[in-house]
Amino acid sequence: MLPDVLKETAAAVDIDSRFPEAITGGHTERGEPTLFIAPAFIVEVCRFLKTEQRFVRLSSVTAVDWLPSEPRFEVAYNLHSLDRNERLRLKCWVSEAECEIDSVTGVWRAANWYEREVFDMFGIRFRNHPDLRRILMPTDWEGHPLRKDYPVHGYKYTYQNE
Amino acid sequence: MRELTTHTDSIAATDAVDLEHRLVETVPGTTRRMTLNMGPQHPSTPGVLRIVLELDGETILSAFPDIGFLHTGIEKECEVKTWQQAVTLTDRVDYLANLSNNLVYALAVEKLIGDIEIPPKAQWTRVMMAELQRLNSHLVWLGTHALDIGAMSVFFYCFREREDILRIFEMFSGQRMMTSYIRIGGLALEPPRGWQQVVGKFINAFPSKVDEYEELLDSNPIWMRRTQGVGITPLEDLLDLGVTGPMIRAAGVKWDIRKDEPYSSYDQFDFDIPTRTENDVYARYRVRLGEMRQSARIIKQALEGMPEGAWQADAPKIVLPEREKMKTQMEALIYHFKIVTEGFRVTAGEVYQAVESPRGEIAYYVVSNGTSRPYRVFMRTPSFGNLQALPALLEGRLLADSIASLGSMDFVLGDTDR
Repeated sequence: MLPDVLKETAAAVDIDSRFPEAITGGHTERGEPTLFIAPAFIVEVCRFLKTEQRFVRLSSVTAVDWLPSEPRFEVAYNLHSLDRNERLRLKCWVSEAECEIDSVTGVWRAANWYEREVFDMFGIRFRNHPDLRRILMPTDWEGHPLRKDYPVHGYKYTYQNE
Repeated sequence: MRELTTHTDSIAATDAVDLEHRLVETVPGTTRRMTLNMGPQHPSTPGVLRIVLELDGETILSAFPDIGFLHTGIEKECEVKTWQQAVTLTDRVDYLANLSNNLVYALAVEKLIGDIEIPPKAQWTRVMMAELQRLNSHLVWLGTHALDIGAMSVFFYCFREREDILRIFEMFSGQRMMTSYIRIGGLALEPPRGWQQVVGKFINAFPSKVDEYEELLDSNPIWMRRTQGVGITPLEDLLDLGVTGPMIRAAGVKWDIRKDEPYSSYDQFDFDIPTRTENDVYARYRVRLGEMRQSARIIKQALEGMPEGAWQADAPKIVLPEREKMKTQMEALIYHFKIVTEGFRVTAGEVYQAVESPRGEIAYYVVSNGTSRPYRVFMRTPSFGNLQALPALLEGRLLADSIASLGSMDFVLGDTDR
């Protein structure tokens, strides 16, 4: 269901007419259109946006941890169209229990490292990702640092007053 | 130093990258493949980058960049700082573009706050500083890139001019590199007395210096042969892999965020976007030279047309009060106490703010939950995006060209790893 505020965003209207069940909500805050997409549709919607809506660039993929609310994680895709000079943000909610979403590497190869970073930092796994390994942290690292329940100084070293 | 290992030893040498399953079994009687471990401290890699190259003779079959050696958890640390304190962390993302990072963070938070108006003088000073930063970054890039390819003298000339720029930064902010000069709500300090003379002297002499570098390099047959026709990658691949900035413009796309999504009054300046169509290492060098000339134009316009007036927003709850007011006005003292101890609250919401850094698109995704600390700061850094295209630039090419291709990408590893 497309919210009224997004009826002026051409790309959002097109997604809505093509995939009527994909959009679960959205808003335009501070001039930035944001669409909430049902996780099952994310790859199809992205492919549609890239091939038919000319969003040739995937600027970034990242996540936000909303502990303690459920679903806990919000995965955000920031898209950019050079021809239309437009930006669009897609968002998917991922629950802590499932912690998994389809990879969009097949649509934009740029997603590869960004999804690896989200996996590294939040522990969200991406299905069909060609190379899902940690990217910034060491391979034997325990935990996912950008989760809100991960202490800033890490688990391994605790500092105590003498 | 380069470490040469034969194929059989390579698995132990590259276990961290876990390449075992990727290496093709060598058939007896055919050419023996070799794994070359370049970095993390190879003299020609810009910073601590590790690239595992699989070679067949002189040809690179596959390249695997291994990053993360400089990861310092800046994004995590932003979450425990107040909004204004986090400015100092953005400096440390990219040592050659700290003002661009300050700027994008300040713009993002100001967009979140909403009802804050940055006075024209602060906006123009921001533009001028960001462009000086671009010159600084391009000078370091040109010097080191030429040094890697074998033209040593350019390095000394470039660092001569860079020193002048760092002195200007020191004059404005008290720091040569980690300036933290652009703050939420304006600038950190008032532009110092006599800055017009210093910047004017530098910027009047600068265009002739660019001619000097151009002459030094374009008359160097080794430079020309090593850069022309090298590192060509189709534009579709570059866009698909997330490459931004001068590399895209050297492939013929006229895309510059300063023009397409103007911020901080860039729309009031007159400048061109240099583009080339050759899409090789030489074209990237020409684009960056052109950008240096355009930046000099912008700085000159900023110098001549600098507006008068305030250099900080009129927002007492966000901007620290003047020292004099604190001694005479009760409210000023209260605001000062509140800002320093608790910080200011920022309206809940999210912003994706992009600016054109010397290396390409730098975008901060800032999320606020209405408290005095950022809930999440994601930094989409240009080096991370560009470096992803490294295998596309190297694979199937000659090893000797890899340094030229690497250098032409102009990445900073701190910017990649954050």
